[in-house]
Amino acid sequence: MKARVHVMLKDGVLDPQGEAVRHALGTLGFQGVNGVRQGKVIELDLAATDKAAAETEVKAMCEKLLANTVIEKYSVEIA
Amino acid sequence: MKAAIITFPGSNCDRDLAVAFEQAGAEVARVWHKDQDLPEGTDIVGVPGGFSYGDYLRCGAIAAQSPIMQAVRKHVEKGGYALGICNGFQILTETGLLPGALMRNAGLKFVCKTVTLKVATSDSDFTRGWNAGDEASIPVAHHDGNYTIDAEGLQRLKDEDRVAFTYTEDVNGAMEGIAGVLSANRRVLGMMPHPERAADAALGGTDGSVLFRSLSGALALA
Repeated sequence: MKARVHVMLKDGVLDPQGEAVRHALGTLGFQGVNGVRQGKVIELDLAATDKAAAETEVKAMCEKLLANTVIEKYSVEIA
Repeated sequence: MKAAIITFPGSNCDRDLAVAFEQAGAEVARVWHKDQDLPEGTDIVGVPGGFSYGDYLRCGAIAAQSPIMQAVRKHVEKGGYALGICNGFQILTETGLLPGALMRNAGLKFVCKTVTLKVATSDSDFTRGWNAGDEASIPVAHHDGNYTIDAEGLQRLKDEDRVAFTYTEDVNGAMEGIAGVLSANRRVLGMMPHPERAADAALGGTDGSVLFRSLSGALALA
């Protein structure tokens, strides 16, 4: 079973890297990009076979390590 | 004063920190990240700067899960002292021993220069050698020193007089220019600037040695 975790900065936390990407896109002539937020995708290959149990487990991983919940939010997809 | 200085894979300020503590009269032990325990009688743990575990995932995130940090957590919970500098500050926030987080510098560049800090409080065993409002020249060298905390947490830091140092110029975008913060019991200090790099006249400055001497004075009889 595979899990995909998206980690993004929380809304309201300034993202200096996203802002730099937005500026660079403008420089390249891409007009109309009002905002860019940059995050991480983490793919996990799991031995688990139960989808609900896997989701609970991956959420625990996010809370403990994969995300810093002081500044980041996360979402989990199980496939 | 007995100090224990941790070395993680990728630490690069551990030796300098040990020397700064020794020059202030401490008995220094060096400990490895895989150690399960701190040496008996440790008064203060030094969590040094560097790039622990290659800064993988987030700065300090992997180090925060290492065996020695579990021992540091117990040490702090018992009222022990800890000093985290630069990557050490990032590690202490990742372990939850200090509030907030260190994000990428607002200017996106690694900043490596000597800056002027304002001592925001003298009410701690780290900063007692200064008066509040004093200035100190201490180097910074970091890519992720942009201190961030939610509004409620920031208010608590201010209400409880737990901001230890602020920058006198915008160095990295840190909220309210915060360069260092104290724990609620004032025995854990995290700071981005490197006092151990300004603790010997031969190395361009001695303002940082005030911090180590303050600690030495407070912990001499501990």
